[in-house]
Amino acid sequence: MDGKKLVKMANEIAAFFAAEPDRRAALEGVASHVKRFWEPRMRRELFVCFDAGGDGMSPVLLETLAAHRATLEPAKK
Amino acid sequence: MRGLANREPGPRQTMYSNKVIDHGTPARTAPATVSLQIDGVTVTVPVGTSVMRAAVEAGRKVPKLCATDSLEAFGSCRLCLVEIEGRRGYPASCTTPCEPGMKVKTQSKKLADLRRGVMELYISDHPLDCLTCPANGNCELQDMAGVVGLREVRYGYEGENHLVQAKDASNPYFTFDATKCIVCSRCVRACEEVQGTFALTVQGRGFDSKIASGPTNFLDSECVSCGACVQACPTATLMEKSIAEQGQPDRVVDTTCAYCGVGCSFRAEMKGNDVVRMVPHKDGKANHGHSCVKGRFAWGYATHPDRVKKPMIRSKITDPWREVTWDEAIAYAASEIRRIQGKYGVASVGGITSSRCTNEETYLVQKLVRAAFGNNNVDTCARVCHSPTGYGLKTTLGESAGTQDFDSVDDTDCVIVIGANPTDAHPVFASRMKRRLRGDTSRPGAGLIVIDPRRIDLVRTPHVEADFHLQLQPGTNVAVLNALAHVVVTEGLAKDDYVRERCDLGDFAKWKAFIALPKNSPEALEKVTGVPAASIRGAARLYATAKNGAIYYGLGVTEHSQGSTTVMGIANLAMVTGNIGRPGVGVNPLRGQNNVQGSCDMGSFPHELPGYRHVSDPAVRALFGTAWGVPIQDEPGLRIPNMFDAAIDGSFKALYVQGEDIAQSDPDTRHVQHALESLECLIVQDIFVNETAKYAHVFLPGSSFLEKDGTFTNAERRINRVRKVMPPLAGLGDWEATMALAKALGYPMHYDHPSQIMDEIARLTPTFTGVSYEKLDRLGSIQWPCNDKAPEGTPVMHEQEFVRGKGKFVITDYVATPERTSQRFPLILTTGRILSQYNVGAQTRRTQNTAWHAADVLEIHPHDAEQRGIQDGDAVSVVSRKGDTTLRAVLSERMQPGVVYTTFHHPESGANVVTTENSDWATNCPEYKVTAVQVVAHAKKSEWQREFDDFADRQESLLPKGALKGEAR
Ligand code: SF4
Ligand code: SF4
Ligand code: SF4
Ligand code: FES
Repeated sequence: MDGKKLVKMANEIAAFFAAEPDRRAALEGVASHVKRFWEPRMRRELFVCFDAGGDGMSPVLLETLAAHRATLEPAKK
Repeated sequence: MRGLANREPGPRQTMYSNKVIDHGTPARTAPATVSLQIDGVTVTVPVGTSVMRAAVEAGRKVPKLCATDSLEAFGSCRLCLVEIEGRRGYPASCTTPCEPGMKVKTQSKKLADLRRGVMELYISDHPLDCLTCPANGNCELQDMAGVVGLREVRYGYEGENHLVQAKDASNPYFTFDATKCIVCSRCVRACEEVQGTFALTVQGRGFDSKIASGPTNFLDSECVSCGACVQACPTATLMEKSIAEQGQPDRVVDTTCAYCGVGCSFRAEMKGNDVVRMVPHKDGKANHGHSCVKGRFAWGYATHPDRVKKPMIRSKITDPWREVTWDEAIAYAASEIRRIQGKYGVASVGGITSSRCTNEETYLVQKLVRAAFGNNNVDTCARVCHSPTGYGLKTTLGESAGTQDFDSVDDTDCVIVIGANPTDAHPVFASRMKRRLRGDTSRPGAGLIVIDPRRIDLVRTPHVEADFHLQLQPGTNVAVLNALAHVVVTEGLAKDDYVRERCDLGDFAKWKAFIALPKNSPEALEKVTGVPAASIRGAARLYATAKNGAIYYGLGVTEHSQGSTTVMGIANLAMVTGNIGRPGVGVNPLRGQNNVQGSCDMGSFPHELPGYRHVSDPAVRALFGTAWGVPIQDEPGLRIPNMFDAAIDGSFKALYVQGEDIAQSDPDTRHVQHALESLECLIVQDIFVNETAKYAHVFLPGSSFLEKDGTFTNAERRINRVRKVMPPLAGLGDWEATMALAKALGYPMHYDHPSQIMDEIARLTPTFTGVSYEKLDRLGSIQWPCNDKAPEGTPVMHEQEFVRGKGKFVITDYVATPERTSQRFPLILTTGRILSQYNVGAQTRRTQNTAWHAADVLEIHPHDAEQRGIQDGDAVSVVSRKGDTTLRAVLSERMQPGVVYTTFHHPESGANVVTTENSDWATNCPEYKVTAVQVVAHAKKSEWQREFDDFADRQESLLPKGALKGEAR
């Protein structure tokens, strides 16, 4: 799927939760949102972008993907 | 006695007399009562009840002409005279309130003479052509002549009279025949009191008085063709053309309008299998006997010649369609789905449920996807309208639905309307709201705050004027809501007790610290929102200090990149002012299509099973897995925009779309077209060959709301019955077609009637446990939750506590949309809709509603127009980063300079060719409301429009000859 678009969408989610003063809670918010609403192939693609250097990803998003990779990355097909 | 008198006799479908009991004057609701005697019968009625109404409750009927129970009494015809012991003269029973101990006589020699005299005068100026009159058999004047025993008319017709006036037939649906008018002014009062439009007046006095509609005729007047005056008229003066053409009906079936989220109840008046008239139902709890032009008159599309009656298939979209049997079409569709899943994987197929279909049908489609397709790739068109409502209200309050019933507006003292245009999009509710805003003799009108970039009608309409119109820049809703909440919190207007008792205090403390930040003050945000800080402060004070404050909102809230944030901002504002949990307050999403609420309730979202329960919850999966006999996937599926992306990407190959037109309604048309072209199998089920069907491989003819049984759930969570009045034109109801497809996929479903589907929903969904067709027939309608705790449903939610326990305040930081104006695209385009057309227009364009709106136009401020050398009526090109399209310009000061506006009712207008792929961060609900554009004078159709024409021509030539005409263009 279009990686650039997914990064844009994920950044917008991160921007919402970034307003949460407690950083850990913010990251958890982003992770849980992506887990609850994103179909596995979207999450898989997001990690492809992440592994390719996370181009264009906001700091909150980068931190979330690093911290919550285990729950967010779907099982291999 | 009282209750009984209200009920109409007989079962719901019966040999028909269309004489509904008319009590003459409206019911009163005062708790105190008075007792009196009418013709020796004692009755007890609420204080303020008229003698006329009390008489009906005592089983007596006083003759009347100018009174009817939808309107306040007026007392002009003098036919309803009675005698009251101890009073002089003969008072009019309609205008005389009951008093304790009154002794009333409704009949005497003297009264009979007086009444005959009154009738004689009326009849002496009335053409006596009853036998050929369309009202024959349903005319109150005729009835009254009979009732009073009029036998001769002494005054001749020689003198001056009104018998030679021309008929006004300008309205497409009804005529005004002044020769039959008795100037009872019921129509004038209906237009004022019921509809709130004030289009009619009584001109002149005495003998010269006549009813006038604007300067020339009905069509050119302010009239919105709601039909209230036609309904109120006691004679043939205001008469439906359909009745004039077809005669009076012979049976009636109660059902529900299939247009907007108000969900009006109607009586479908039938002759054989033909509808001759739709009449709003007096007992309908959403509409109380009122309607709008769509439900009342625009049902002709259901039998339009464009209706497809036979299934069709083709292997490529460049092939001609082949008409086939249902069996062949279903077998082909099923084999394609299985072939594609074999080749590309289980997750390569999905389905879209429809907000225009019934709850039962929607439930079946999502069940088909989850159980027979074996994945969670199911979504619904609510994705593109109210998905942020679901997310935002569930997060803050705990339930994905509005908090009130419509009647609640009667108890409100301050209304906020944000991003909604009720007089156009939810007309019947708007009439209710306007009534409350006008106030009456007992109460002043409620305060009104309109938050909208456009000056919508509600800002100033007869006897209603907004206290504040916060005319914000499109895309800054969150900033305005934050500023309002900032004022509430920093000026000490918060309801601390309420918050302490009912909300999560940890979240509240964080939110309070955030909202009090100087960056959220009205002054700081003025530059962003364009709204003067003083107006924000004034509005915040008005809402926060009202006894009951209610917020109503629509797609102008949800269809933004911060749609979900705005919904949560609204919930924050309502909670901090203590405005949730009783009549008169609340957070009220006005839903677009008739069954948006229902389709969401029924598990149409890819992450939620029916009743808004997440697929990751093992207990919920086990419940459905056991009931359906298959395991349920634990990961969310694709949402509609994700399906498009996956289709272009090559991992999504087949889609079953029931009753939706994604090719027209979804944003960024070229992207959608590309996605649809990438599919190997597109199955479209619809009543017309819509835009999406032009990309389809299988076409299954759908059934209209007149052709099946089921339920719709309106914006107030009210479940209303839809009843079959004629057999499906193509042989199968939509639910039956879905069942056939499931069976062909090796997953047979066993239902003989939609009521059994509802029984299954009730078994599996805690908020629906108490719902059944039997109960719906008994109560008329039910607002969910309906279960042991609330056996007759729940008009107001969150009464004792929030559904989620403690209300959750959410930090709503304002984030500007990525869509910015620039030198190349200096204007903001926002979109909406109008009264006479509905959504993509597939239905209303096939009715005479086109008399009011034949084409989509671009509204532009005269200042912006002048700068560009554009005159009213010019063809202009609207260009965005995404594409361009050509429309006619209409100069309008409803827009502020810098903002232009259009609708999307006609496919060739291509409004969505210009809209972008930006969407709500939480739900991917598209941002229809903000697109940066340039507008230039330009007479030619755009490239897209020329391609559209070619493609439409080509597709039309591929349709079977003579079978149907294809999409009207
Ligand atoms: S309006 Fe009524 S009374 Fe007059 S001609 Fe028609 S049926 Fe007869
Ligand atoms: S149709 Fe409705 S708006 Fe038009 S004149 Fe009658 S009551 Fe008024
Ligand atoms: S207001 Fe809505 S539900 Fe009521 S008649 Fe009009 S379209 Fe139908
Ligand atoms: S009905 Fe009472 S005066 Fe007309």
